[in-house]
Amino acid sequence: MSNKVSRRTFIQGSATAGVVVSGAGAILTNTEEAWALSTEVLSGDTALSILIMARTLYPHDFLGDQYYAEVVANLDEQAKTDSSLVEKLDNGVKELSKVIESDRTYNVPFKDQSSGLQLQNLKRIDGSDFFETVRGATLGGLYGNPRVAALFGWEGSSVEHGGYINRGFNDIGWLPKS
Amino acid sequence: MAKKFDLNDDSVVVIIGSGAGGGTLGNELAQKGVNVVCLEAGKKLSLDDIENDWGAMFGKLSWVDKRQGTGDLLAGLPLWVCKTVGGTTVHWAGASLRFKDHEFRARSQYGEIEGANLLDWPIDPNEMERFYSMAEDKMGTTGTHGIPRLPGNNNYQVMEYGAKALGYTDVHTGNMSINSQPRDGRPGCHQIGFCMAGCAIGAKWSTLYTEIPKAEATGRFELRSESMVLKINHNKEGKATGVVYVDADGNTHEQKARVVAIAGNSVETPRILLNSSSNMFSDGMANSSGQVGKNFMRHMTGTVYGTMPGAVHFDRGTQMAGIVMDESGHDDSRGFAGGYYMQTLPGFGLGAIAGNIGNMSVDSPGKWGRNYTREVVENYKNMAGMWLVGEDMPQEKNGVTLHSSEKDQYGLPIPVVHFEDHPNDVVMRNHAFKAGSSVYQAGGSKKQYQLPPFPSTHNLGTCRMSENARDGVCSSTGATHDISNLFISDGSSFTTGAAANPTLTIVALAIRQAENMSKLLSQNSI
Repeated sequence: MSNKVSRRTFIQGSATAGVVVSGAGAILTNTEEAWALSTEVLSGDTALSILIMARTLYPHDFLGDQYYAEVVANLDEQAKTDSSLVEKLDNGVKELSKVIESDRTYNVPFKDQSSGLQLQNLKRIDGSDFFETVRGATLGGLYGNPRVAALFGWEGSSVEHGGYINRGFNDIGWLPKS
Repeated sequence: MAKKFDLNDDSVVVIIGSGAGGGTLGNELAQKGVNVVCLEAGKKLSLDDIENDWGAMFGKLSWVDKRQGTGDLLAGLPLWVCKTVGGTTVHWAGASLRFKDHEFRARSQYGEIEGANLLDWPIDPNEMERFYSMAEDKMGTTGTHGIPRLPGNNNYQVMEYGAKALGYTDVHTGNMSINSQPRDGRPGCHQIGFCMAGCAIGAKWSTLYTEIPKAEATGRFELRSESMVLKINHNKEGKATGVVYVDADGNTHEQKARVVAIAGNSVETPRILLNSSSNMFSDGMANSSGQVGKNFMRHMTGTVYGTMPGAVHFDRGTQMAGIVMDESGHDDSRGFAGGYYMQTLPGFGLGAIAGNIGNMSVDSPGKWGRNYTREVVENYKNMAGMWLVGEDMPQEKNGVTLHSSEKDQYGLPIPVVHFEDHPNDVVMRNHAFKAGSSVYQAGGSKKQYQLPPFPSTHNLGTCRMSENARDGVCSSTGATHDISNLFISDGSSFTTGAAANPTLTIVALAIRQAENMSKLLSQNSI
């Protein structure tokens, strides 16, 4: 796979990431949040675009990009054994990079688009196979991540803590007494 | 201890399935001195295998052999049932309610309903009293036999508050086969949550760690797990003679049998009969009525989630933590026949809620985007949830057939399961949706989400009991009308569905069947 991304830093939308080309894949770095994601199969352009897409689908201001980057990492892992997935994601990003106006269509890389344009393009492809693939991967990879889910009040496994019998199964305080 | 029977031993009762029906029947027969071989398609897990992890346990427990759903069913996963020792009693929530008198007489109580294939049960409801009581004692059902009810968790308290504010009075923490205190060698409930992923401490009744080990201890019961039944053989007199199955290594065997009892849940049970067709039984075994695989019911179901003004943490504690029973009677003035219950049920984890509300509810602010995350996902801890379950109408067009070309990993035609709501089901669901939403509104909720049925967990009626052989597959004892030594021993035998969760009635009928069968065996009648 060829890589179209050169060594440069993107400061775009909420995804504050740098992309470094690395063999077939790429490394996404975020110095502000002190994390890096290396992909083995997905190109830097596709990886960063999917990260932005995941965040636009399910935005939470209190979540850093590293959690959305894990969605990308999961897809990269799947793509290692599924070349059709790579093609689907690359083509999907290509489709999202189209800007369709009434009388003309031109290309702006999805990751470089304004957040308003990104949202408009996502609405345009809502329901497509590519869209549902990334949406499903985001639901699973983001909300299925126990470190993320804990921030929403999902408390996970309880048996090793003796259940909730002494830990608030009936601690509701706000309900008026009937 | 655990006995081994010879494949050629034709004195044994062969039971197919080890869940509520098969596991109970096996233990009851073994206790009465009958030799039993139990063939179970799934693996045997121990309590150590049970984790508080929805995804992991779905993989360990679920029946995911290929099935095709049509009509209102999810195409790829029409049913959510189990392929494991203990069957769906590993997964069930524990609700153990008796059917009501009027529900045993659905045809005469509801009258003729267009498109509904209603019948009265061939059983006197008064006779069921004794078997229900035995089943409740066996299972340790709360609110019976002096067993205290479970304490109510937050999700229950929200439901109770709203329900009572609306004037409902029959509201409590239910009749649950979950120990509220140690009983029968099993501990009391620790309010862990995850009941439907399997109870990791065994407080919830499951044949996996009650009936099956008790049966094995008699020395008259052999469990063969990972044994998938292909067909039932018969002789030229039309009597069942043995059961053909594939073991874990892929080897095919025939276990000879004096009696065969099928308890494979409402898809596999008729499927085995249909796959056992022969020159003598060209439409499948026990199918002279043409009713094998017909009249599939799955209960009227639906789900309501309410966003409450404060934290609920509805995953804490038993999932079915309480019930509103006031709508469970038959009252024509509501515009539908039969009744329904409201039972608390949380949402199987953040990931499932985050997907399901968007994907399934018309009340949702879309499926994704800023409004969705703010209104739905970020309110997770404030959500209360309930499940609606009521009687649905048997319809001849709903049922199980064999796919004309597609085969599963055993070379058997995959089952095609068809279900469409009857108009009565739709009217009842809309009534229940409104009632459920009103309960949460009465507790201060400003936003509710109504979700249509999940993959079916209550699967009933596909080999139903009937007084007359032309109307159904088996008699009130589960003996098939056509073949005296072939029995139906699961919820497939239900004549109608009633409103209540079916397990207690499956267990009560299995106890009744065992009494009858052991009598027939000792009289040499079968």
